[in-house]
Amino acid sequence: MGQQESMSVRVLDPVTTSPGLWQSMIAVLRRDLRLSVRQKQDLLNPLLFFVMVVALFPLGVSPESDFLREAGAGILWVGALLATLLSLDHLFRFDYEDGTLEQMALQPQPLFVLVLAKTLAHWLVTGLPLVILTPMLGMMLFLDGNSVAVLCLTLLIGTPVLSLIGSVGAALTVGLRAGGVLLSLLVIPLYIPVLIFGTGTVMAAAGGSDVSGHLALMAAILVLALVLAPLAAAVALKISLSAS
Amino acid sequence: MWQFFHKLGSPKWFYGIAGRFMPWLLGFGLLLALAGIVWGLAFAPRDYLQGNSYRIIFIHVPTAFLAQSVYMMMAVAGVITLVWKMKLADVFVRAAAPVGAILTVLALFTGAVWGKPTWGTWWIWDARLTSMLILLFLYLGIIGLAHAYSDEKTAARAVAVLAVVGVVNIPIIKYSVEWWNTLHQPATFKLTEKPTMVPEMWVPLLLAVLGTYLLFGWAALYRMQTEVLRRERRTRWVKELIAAGGGSQLKSRGA
Amino acid sequence: MTEPLQHADHLLRAEALECERDGRTLFSDLSFSIVPGTLTRVEGPNGSGKTTLLRILAGLNDNWSGQVYWCGEPRQRHWDQVRRNVLYLGHRPGIKMLLTPLENLQALVAGRQYVPDNILTQALEQVGLGPWTQVPCSQLSAGQKRRVALARLLFADEPVWLLDEAFTALDVDAVAAVERLLEDRVRQGGAVVMTTHHEPALKGMRRIRLGAAGEPESVAHAVGEGG
Repeated sequence: MGQQESMSVRVLDPVTTSPGLWQSMIAVLRRDLRLSVRQKQDLLNPLLFFVMVVALFPLGVSPESDFLREAGAGILWVGALLATLLSLDHLFRFDYEDGTLEQMALQPQPLFVLVLAKTLAHWLVTGLPLVILTPMLGMMLFLDGNSVAVLCLTLLIGTPVLSLIGSVGAALTVGLRAGGVLLSLLVIPLYIPVLIFGTGTVMAAAGGSDVSGHLALMAAILVLALVLAPLAAAVALKISLSAS
Repeated sequence: MWQFFHKLGSPKWFYGIAGRFMPWLLGFGLLLALAGIVWGLAFAPRDYLQGNSYRIIFIHVPTAFLAQSVYMMMAVAGVITLVWKMKLADVFVRAAAPVGAILTVLALFTGAVWGKPTWGTWWIWDARLTSMLILLFLYLGIIGLAHAYSDEKTAARAVAVLAVVGVVNIPIIKYSVEWWNTLHQPATFKLTEKPTMVPEMWVPLLLAVLGTYLLFGWAALYRMQTEVLRRERRTRWVKELIAAGGGSQLKSRGA
Repeated sequence: MTEPLQHADHLLRAEALECERDGRTLFSDLSFSIVPGTLTRVEGPNGSGKTTLLRILAGLNDNWSGQVYWCGEPRQRHWDQVRRNVLYLGHRPGIKMLLTPLENLQALVAGRQYVPDNILTQALEQVGLGPWTQVPCSQLSAGQKRRVALARLLFADEPVWLLDEAFTALDVDAVAAVERLLEDRVRQGGAVVMTTHHEPALKGMRRIRLGAAGEPESVAHAVGEGG
C-alpha cells in the first residue's frame, strides 16, 4: 500500500558507504594537533607547571645531592602526573561546549575509536614533551645517566597510560561546571599503580637489577589501558552528552 | 528478559520485599555480630605474640572485608545499571557508597588502633592499610561524582562507569601496593600475615564477619527503601502508603 | 522477525516516546513518522522539550522510553547506518574558533562522507564566505559562523536532516536562502525535521506540537504560541 505512494514522490535512498576508521581517526588527530599548535599557551602550561613543581622540591625540602638523587625519580614522576592531571580538564571540555563532541558521537564510526585518536593527540602534546624535558630535569636532580634513561623509558610507557586513564575521568566530568577538582579526585587513585611501577622500576635500576621485567609489566598495563580506557571513556561521554 | 527485569526492578515490589527481609537481617545480624565480637573480645584466648591487642581484629577484619566486598557489589550493580538500566541497581549504588566509605574509615581506624601497640605508631605504610586508604579515595570519588550531577539518571550512570573502572583497577592497585611494600620495607610484621588461628579465635571472627554482612544488608535495604520512597514520592502507591501510616523512613526523615 | 517492507517508507518512526527531565514529564505517548519528501517543524513553548526531541531522534539523548524505528526496524540494530544517514545540527554546531571555515568543514565532514576541498570551498562561497575561507572563525560574526555550519547542507547526502534552531543569527536574505534550500531538499526526497523561532514560509509543513507544562498534546495541532 505505502509502496505505491512512495513511487510517486522521490525518495532518497539511505547511504551505505562512509569513510574508514583510519581516515576518521587521522581527521580527529589532525584537527586536535592543529588546534594545539594555534593555542600555544595550552601546549606550554603543563610543561611550565612540570618544571616549576620539580623546582619546588630542592627549594622546599633540600638541595642536597644525596636527597635529590634518591627522590629524583619520584619527584619527576609526581610532577609528570600532576602536569597531566592539569591538562586533562581541557581534553573534552572545549569539544563539549562547542558541539564538536556531539558531532563526533554521531559519526558512523564507533566513538571509542575517535576517543582513542583524541587521547593520542593529548599525549603527543602533553605527555611526550614531558618525557623530552625529563633528561634535563633529571640532570638537575643529580640522577645518573642510567637512571635517567630508565626514567625516560618508564615515562614513555607511563604517560600514555596517564592520558588514557585520565580520558575516562575527563569524560565523566565534562558535563559539570566545576569538574576540574572532582576530576583529580577520581583519577588520582587510578594513577597509583602506574606511579608505583614507574618509580619502582627506576629504583630497581639504580640498585643494579635488571628491569626488563618491570618494563614489560608497565607495557602490559599500557596495553590494558589502550583496550579498556577508550571504551569506558566513550560510554562516559555518551552519558555526559545525554544529560546536556 | 526485559520485562522480567523491569518487574524485578519495580520499586513498589521492592519496597514490600525489602520490608519483609529487613527485620530478619537486623535481628540475625545483631545476634551474630554481637556474639562474635563479645566472644572475641572477652572469651577468646590471648595471642601468644601480641597479647590482647590482637582482639581488635574482631572488628577490623569484618569491616575491612565488607568495605572491599561492598565496592565489588557496587560494580556489579553498576554493570546492571549500564546494561539493563534497572533502577534498583543504581538505588543500591547510591545507598551503599556512603556505608562502604564509613566501613573503610572504620577499618583504617581500627587498623591504626591495632598498629599502636604492634608497631608503636598509629600509622604505618603497610600494604594492607595503604590499599584501604586508596579504597577510601575510590569511595570518595564515587560519592563526589554521585552528588555532582543534579540529574539522578546521569549521576547513576556516571557512577556506574566509575565503579566498574575502579573494580578493574582494584586488583592492579593491590598488586602494585604489595610490590611497592616489599620494595621499601621488607620483613617486618604485617597485617597480611595472619597468625595461625585456633578455632576459639576464628569461629568468633567468622560470626562477626557474617553478622556485619547481614547488618550491611539491613542498612543497604533501609537506605534503598528511603531512596525509593523519595524517587517515587509522586506515585499513587507511596501516597497511599503514607495515608495508611506506613513508611517509617518518611517519618524519621521528616520528609 | 523481519518487518514487512511497506514500513520502509518511513525513514524514522517514533512510537510512544516518553521523556522525563528533572522529575517533570516533557512529553509522553508521542508517536509520529518521518517520511521522505516532508518537512516537519517541532513546535512548543520554551522548555517543552523541542531540542530534547531532536536529540532523541539523533541518538544523543538516552533518557527516554518508547521505541524509534529506522526504515521499519528498531534503531538500535542499525546504529552505524542510522548515524550515517541522519545529519544533526544543534545550536552549537561544532565550529572551532581557531580553525578556518574550510578546516572546520573538513574536520566535520571527514568521518561521514568524502567531499573534495573544491566542493567545500564552493559551498563556503555559496553561503557568502568566499573571502573568509582562510580566516580563523573567531574573526567571523555570529551569523557568519552559523553560515559555516549551514554550508554543510549544500553537499550533505544524509536523507534525514535534524536542524535545531537553524536560523539563529541569520539575516533575512540568508533565512530565505536556507528556506529555499530546504524546499529543494524536500523535493528531492529528503526529510527535514526542525525547530525554529520564527514561523518559516514553507509549504506543506508538518507539525509536531509539544505541550507547555509537560502536558502531552496530540500531534499535529494548529499553530499556537510556538516561539
